[in-house]
This record gives sequence, structure tokens and C-alpha cells, in this order.
Amino acid sequence: MLAFILRRLLQSVVVMITVGLIAFSMFRFVGDPVNQVVSLDTPREQREQIRKAMGLDDPVPIQFLNYMKRAAQLDFGISYQFRTPVTTLIGERMPATLELAFAAAFLALAVGIPMGVYTALRRHSVLSSFFMTVSLVGVSLPTFLIAILLRYVFSVQLGWLPSFGRGEVVNLGYWTTGLLTLSGLKALILPAITLGLFQMTLIMRLVRAEMLEVLRTDYIRFARARGLRTRSIHFGHALKNTLVPVITITGLQLGSIIAFALITEYVFQWPGMGVLFLGAVQNVDIPIMAAYLMLIAFMFVTINLIVDLLYSVVDPRLRTSMRAAT
Amino acid sequence: MSTPATKGIVEPAPAAAAPKARWRWRDSDILASFLSSKVTVLSAIVSVLLIGGSLLAPLVAPTNPFDPATVDLMDSLMPPRWVEGGDPRFLLGTDNQGRDLYSAILYGMRVSLIIGLAGVAIAAVLGIGLGLFAGWVGGRVDAFVMRVADVQLTFPAILIALLIDGVVHGIVGNAQRENTAFAVLILSIGLSFWVQYARTVRGSTMVEKNKDYVQAARLIGIPAPLILLKHVLPNVIGPVLVILTINIALAVITEATLSFLGVGLPPTQPSLGTLIRIGNDFLFSGEWWIVAFPGLTLAAFVLAVNLVGDWLRDALNPKLR
Repeated sequence: MLAFILRRLLQSVVVMITVGLIAFSMFRFVGDPVNQVVSLDTPREQREQIRKAMGLDDPVPIQFLNYMKRAAQLDFGISYQFRTPVTTLIGERMPATLELAFAAAFLALAVGIPMGVYTALRRHSVLSSFFMTVSLVGVSLPTFLIAILLRYVFSVQLGWLPSFGRGEVVNLGYWTTGLLTLSGLKALILPAITLGLFQMTLIMRLVRAEMLEVLRTDYIRFARARGLRTRSIHFGHALKNTLVPVITITGLQLGSIIAFALITEYVFQWPGMGVLFLGAVQNVDIPIMAAYLMLIAFMFVTINLIVDLLYSVVDPRLRTSMRAAT
Repeated sequence: MSTPATKGIVEPAPAAAAPKARWRWRDSDILASFLSSKVTVLSAIVSVLLIGGSLLAPLVAPTNPFDPATVDLMDSLMPPRWVEGGDPRFLLGTDNQGRDLYSAILYGMRVSLIIGLAGVAIAAVLGIGLGLFAGWVGGRVDAFVMRVADVQLTFPAILIALLIDGVVHGIVGNAQRENTAFAVLILSIGLSFWVQYARTVRGSTMVEKNKDYVQAARLIGIPAPLILLKHVLPNVIGPVLVILTINIALAVITEATLSFLGVGLPPTQPSLGTLIRIGNDFLFSGEWWIVAFPGLTLAAFVLAVNLVGDWLRDALNPKLR
């Protein structure tokens, strides 16, 4: 088990170093970093001075090492657009994105699991085929179209919900939250639905498939033969076993929810990291792009690692196969 | 492909395909399964109509929205023909520059489709090539290619496309954006979609390379590249076809999303995504048609191609027959 953890940790470190290398080469070789800090009429000697001060005279491997060192201390340089440290910019916007992502994930689970269970238990009912059709549309429709549609119906036509922004936020030190005010909660509804819809259909289909599989196994048949109540078989025995893959997939999807949030954020003008990144891409603000890349990679790697470890905790059968593999 | 391996799973051809006796069994089997699913036939018709209409856009469209001479700013923001205030010249209304929306959709669809197809083609060639190479050579090369694939797989394609877009524009400069947008989009899609092909092909290549026919080919001295292309490739291409169809829809969505986010095509060369982006700005003032029709076209296309792809996956999978 320890060997497994160590190996997975090593893999994660390798991934992070690779991503760091990409981020570094973007930073170093796309445009001249010196040009971004000086004005047009800065004399040559001063430019050279700055070049030296920024460490751009050192051999490239050493520069990379320094870059990674600074990155590990959460120092990603200064944004070309805003002239403020990238870490501050991202730190300001991270709460908005995380709140949105977790709201979307919660929604996806809270609606997706019951829908999946229902479609598995009543396979041929009208409602089930309706759910399946809707889920197909949900998988096919691009996120931004769903966002536009929801915004048009509920903000423009019906006027029930705000069409952009985060509403009033409460400042809790490092964290600004929109969850404590009514306008903040109202503003969260549409973006969360937009972002959660795809995950919801995914979870629904997954739960349905797993449930159908489990219902066919021997222990369920045995439970029926014992004369247990159908309800306790379905929810006590079958559902419990379908939830393991659901938890993993949700964990893995959390990373892509955060990444995909940028489309939703853009449509609803949600002041999160995605909008920041998008602006950085449009204005070729490399430090922000590099930092966002590393941040997303770090989230993915961490989530992957946790999920892998949780797997072996939740499912004892995997532990033995892991031992065999190492 | 009429190798003995496929014979075991073949069933007698149904009556529908019987007259075309020169067809191979396998093909007619697939044809029958195709005709038996109404949804698939319908989606195939929709796909063909949309693809055909967009590729023939210069012939089908009433006006050319790329030609400033045919556009009159006085005609801007006209509602569709059947709505009050609509102009009979413009079936689906006009956008903010007075372009006929129906023509703009056909041309925009064409742009989206060309970018999607070219992007997927690059991805497929790159992925299949690397997959064959990695699977055949094995060892360190294989490990390296697959680690790169793993790292890339941790990022959603749209993020990678965005990054590539930003980096390329950083290199060539923002002034060139209008001219390079097309190529950058194709490149972004190509480089963000190759992983799936590489993984699939590599897996099957590793299985195939130990089979007798490959060993025999090696024994009589056929050079490795030739074996890979002529013998291994045809045997690993099946699953790739399925990924290909589904990826086309995904590539069109990616292009539309990038253009919608404002990093894709500029308004002078509107793709479906660009049109939706323009329309989104006018949604609040009540001009719903600019976003509705391009959006519907995109949704219909993606749904139709996905359904055909789903069917193809089942039809090509002998276990499900």
C-alpha cells in the first residue's frame, strides 16, 4: 500500500513538473518578459539591468528551477494587464469559481442520482424515456447555448433571476461569499444549473447503468429470495454499491467543472477565475495563463490522487490487486 | 476486411439488402441495422442536409454575407419573414450588419465544418501515427508518448485549445489575428484531440503486432512502416471510425465555443459561434432571431451527428449484435 501511494505521488510530481515546464516555456519564450515591464523609451542599459534583475541572464535550466521555486511559493509574477501580482488576482476570484463549481456539483448529484435510480427501476415508464431523451439533449447541447437559453427565458422574458454578476457578497476575510445573501443565492441559480446540467446527465446515466448491473447480481437475487422488502433491497443493498463509481466520477469531474466554468462565467459575467483566464488569453497576458494552467493541473492531480487513494479505502477488493501490481 | 475473423459473426442478409448481391455480407448487415432504426435514419438525413447545405453554400444561399457589396446597413436587425416587420427578402431576418441570417448560417456552418473536419483530420493523423509508432516500438518511446497523453488528458480539450490560441497569438502578435484565426483554430483542435486516437490505436497495435500475420510479414522482410500501414492499420481502424464521427461534433462545438468566447473567428468571417456571439449581445434588446437560428442549427447538427455516431458504435461492435 505504501509503495502504491509513493508511486502515485511520484507520478503526480512528474506531471506537475511537466506542466511547470510548459508554463515556464510559455513565460520565457512567448514575447520578451522585459518588454512587458518597461516602457518604450527605457534606455538600453536600464533594460539590461532589469534583465539581470529578473534573472533572465542565467542559464535556462536555472531559470526554470527558480521559476518552479517561486511557483511553489505561489509567486507567479506580475500580470501584464493589471500590473498586480497574479496570485492576488487569482486569489480574489477563486471563491466565486469554487462556489459556482461546488453548487453545480451538488445540483448534479442531488438531481442526477434520484433520476438515475428511477430510470433503472422503472425502465419502461414514460417518464424514464423522457429523462433519457432529455439527458441525450443535455449531453449534446453546447454549454454556452444552454446558458444563453436559460438566461433568455428566466432573466429576459420572465425576469425572475438576475442575468449577470454575483449579487451582493459578504466578505469573510480571505473569502468573499455570495451564499449568505438573497441576491447572491438568486444570482447563483442559473449559472449553477448551466454548469451542472452536463454533469447531471452524466451522473444519471452512470447511476442507471451501474444500478442495472447490480440488480442482476446474485446477492440481490438472494436478498429477494430471502423475502426482504423491495424497497430495502433497492435502496439498502443495490444503491450503496452503485455509489462507489459515482463518487469517483464526481470527484474526477470536479476538476473539469472548474475548468469548464469559464464558459458559464463568461455568459453570466460571473467574476471568477475563468473570466480572468479568458481575458488573459485575449490579451496574451502570459503570467496569468501560466498560473491558471498550473493551478488547474494541480487541482486535477490532487483530485486524481485523492480519488485513487479513496478507491482502495472504499473497495477492499482493489487493495489486493494493487498489491499484486506493485 | 473480409478476413476469416469477421465471418463467424455474420448473419444471413435481410431481405431489404438482398438485391445488391455484390455487396459484402458485412456491409448489408450494417445497412439493415441502419434502416431499422428510424432515429438514426432521421439524424443521418439531418446531418447530410446540414453538411450538404453548408458545403454548397455559394449555390444555395441567396446572398454572400462575406461580400460587403451585397450588404446594406439599412437592412440591419430585420426580424424573420413571418414576424411582423419582416422583409420577404430575408427568410430568417438579418443581423446587426444587415447580413441575411439564412445565408450567414449556411456560410457560417461551412466555416465551422471546415475547421472541425480539418482539426479532426490533424488530430486523427497525429494520433493514429503516434499510436501505431508507440505500440509498435514499445519501451521508452511508448512510455514517453503515453505519459504525454496522460498529462494532456487531465485537461479538457477546450482549455488546451484556449492555451494554444493564446500562445500562438503571443508569438505572431495580435495584429495578425484576422489572418491567422482560421489556422490557429484548426491547430488548436488538432492538438487537443489527438490523445484518444493515440490511446486506442496503440492498444490495438500492441495486440495485433504479436499475431501470426504480422510475424509472417516481418519474416518475409517487409519493412516495418509498410506492415504498419498495409496490415496493422486496417485491423485497428474500426474503433477509430467511431471516435472520428463523435469527434467531428465535438470539434464543431469546440470551434463554436472558442468563437463564442471571442478567441476564434472575427466577425468579418462569421462561423456559427461568431454569429451566436453577435446574437447574444442583442438578446436583451429583443432581437432573438440572431442567436436562435444559428443556435438551433448548431444544436441540430451536433445532436444528429452524435446519434449517428452512437448507432455506428453499436453497429460496429459485434458483441452487441
